[in-house]
Amino acid sequence: MATATRFKTLKDMPTGDYLSPGNTLCAGCGGILAVRIFHKVLGPNVAWVNAAGCMTVTMSYPLSPLKSNWLYTAFASAPAGAQGVRDALDVLMAKGRLPKSEDLKVVVVTGDGAAYDIGLQATAGAIDRRLDFFYLCYDNEAYGNTGFQVSSSTPFGSSTKTTPATAAFPLGNVARKKDLFEVWRSMKAPYVATLANSHGLDFLRKVEKGTGIKGPKMYIALAACPTGWGFDSRDSIELEKLAVQTGVWPLKESVDGVVRHTFVPRTLTPVSEYLRTQGRFSHLFEPEEKTEAIATIQESINAYWKEAGAREGFEVKVPATPERTSPSN
Amino acid sequence: MKGKLLTGNVAAAAGAMLARVDYVPAYPITPQTEIIETIADWVREGKMDSRFVQLESEHSMMTAAGAASLAGARVFTATSSQGMLYTLEMLYNVSGWRAPMLLANVSRGVAAPIVLEPDHNDVLAARDSGFLQLHSETCQEVTDLVLLAYRVAEDRRVMLPAIVNLDGFYLSFTRERVILPEQKDVDRFLPPYEPVGPMRASKPVSRGSSVFEGFLYSYFRYNQHAAALKAKEVFNEAAREFEDLFGRSYGPVEGFMLDDADYVIVMSNSFTALGRQAVRRMRERGVKAGLLKLLMVRPFPAEEVATLLRGRKVVGVFDQNLAPGSGGIFYPEISGALYNVRGRPNAILPIVGALGGKQTTANEMTAIFDEMVAIDREGKAPAPMFLMRKDEMSRVKKMVSVAEGKS
Repeated sequence: MATATRFKTLKDMPTGDYLSPGNTLCAGCGGILAVRIFHKVLGPNVAWVNAAGCMTVTMSYPLSPLKSNWLYTAFASAPAGAQGVRDALDVLMAKGRLPKSEDLKVVVVTGDGAAYDIGLQATAGAIDRRLDFFYLCYDNEAYGNTGFQVSSSTPFGSSTKTTPATAAFPLGNVARKKDLFEVWRSMKAPYVATLANSHGLDFLRKVEKGTGIKGPKMYIALAACPTGWGFDSRDSIELEKLAVQTGVWPLKESVDGVVRHTFVPRTLTPVSEYLRTQGRFSHLFEPEEKTEAIATIQESINAYWKEAGAREGFEVKVPATPERTSPSN
Repeated sequence: MKGKLLTGNVAAAAGAMLARVDYVPAYPITPQTEIIETIADWVREGKMDSRFVQLESEHSMMTAAGAASLAGARVFTATSSQGMLYTLEMLYNVSGWRAPMLLANVSRGVAAPIVLEPDHNDVLAARDSGFLQLHSETCQEVTDLVLLAYRVAEDRRVMLPAIVNLDGFYLSFTRERVILPEQKDVDRFLPPYEPVGPMRASKPVSRGSSVFEGFLYSYFRYNQHAAALKAKEVFNEAAREFEDLFGRSYGPVEGFMLDDADYVIVMSNSFTALGRQAVRRMRERGVKAGLLKLLMVRPFPAEEVATLLRGRKVVGVFDQNLAPGSGGIFYPEISGALYNVRGRPNAILPIVGALGGKQTTANEMTAIFDEMVAIDREGKAPAPMFLMRKDEMSRVKKMVSVAEGKS
């Protein structure tokens, strides 16, 4: 990063924690880890504003794992809740009824169901109004809290509870993952970034960068989901790393609309290595390998990196597209 | 007579300004829009020291309103009809948060079919949401009830949001004389809002936490119910003080020519004026007619209803709303309030009328009293009345014929 940062190496990860251990989320949850790291950078003076999802169940009366403020709103409208909190704090400070020392950073935290689907309208409104807030979407690519149903973040070829792979529907979900980064960028959010827990330094610096920007600061964090994706909870970080190395999860940011990849995997690992490790893609390999589908996925990754490289002036060595031996679906 | 000519909408905005609201999240909808346009003007002209923000939906508007109220701001907003339905989820949330903000609802019938003029299916969709509800008959009441509603909602014994209702068109766009209270008197009546446990850096709080056990959920719900019931007593206290300061008197219900009345019609909102006119006409004809107006709808003033309606021969409940498959919404509430009362009326007549603001004539209103008298005289069971005149029905037939391509 060009700008000065207090994060030179991962050892600069702040030791202070504002999230207690022993919360109610699943072992290996990438979502809560993203919240924890995010909070370390922002410090203690935070108002989290939440929409229905996995994080909602961590705040179970009378307990809270947070040392900061929390407001659960509703599935569709967490960004509007952030608007209310931000505006109230601002108006009270302007009227001299609240000292500046009581001010809070307002952070929306939702899963992909809220961010990509039901809450997109409220997010668009908050971005239009240039609301000074952070949005952290922990993206596990499906409705995880309700048991893993398809969302518009679910990738092509993933099986979910509402798009199960069957003989008649052998690929599971055939819709393409919505490009929320581009959606948010097109709405003129001044800062948009993707995050992965496996790339901690990149994570820390992007949150730090957001603290210096006024307006909507939008983050999409990959949230490996052992129960939904079907892998061993100890492998969460490895799996997120693999998502980055295969090019499935690009690490990038947009500052005032200008996109830059913050980590370029010079040689992409074939995507089949990523897919093969997860239950949600097991139907792509069993009983026989669906080479057509896997080739389609690899081609889209290769095309993405080719285009990004051409735009930003880097080169990525992409894997060969697997030979298509299975019938097209 | 003193006072300024104000529309109901401007009267609502004036109430918000006098209440020194901090924050107005807004979203336009007919016939409410004049309220938020007026406030937007006043804020931008520096006449009103508030923050005005237009949201992208009523659902977001109410989310912002409730969240800001929790964070310590006095909040005012407004809606109508579809907007009320669209934000219904948030009404339950905001009352569960115990965020004492105020929502002005300008009543308008709900789609489909789409209509602009008033009935009360919109505001009554919110009847179980936990919001207090005060309904206005006049533009003066609109301003006054805004001030009273804040006073009650923000009382520590209550801490619940409130709706002040006014009828679209009949009040919203109708100029009536309104006496605006002096700011210094309002400031005496309505002290600054003191939030309970607002979100702060020095003292973090969790709001809207999950409750996964039924007994705990039951506790919070009963608590909310108890606070809503308490609001009636708090309203009466506040109304006494209001009368001392401003000279106008309000109660949860208001009687009109009730003292010796045998036949009483129960009404609410602006059409009550038609009811008063009908009562006078019946009195001229020697019929002991009277009227009971519901000003407070939540909490439901069951004791007052029982006290004032016991001993009457026949009561008619005029519902300007319709629950298809059941009937009027107030009818079962009034009947329930009377069932266990000694000397309850011999009969309770359900009437549904004025849907979508249907013009209602004096003859239609007196026909209701004629029916009440007939029920009493003939000892017959009351059959529900649905108001529609012959001249209206012939127009309906013509329009249906056009729609079917027959003429």
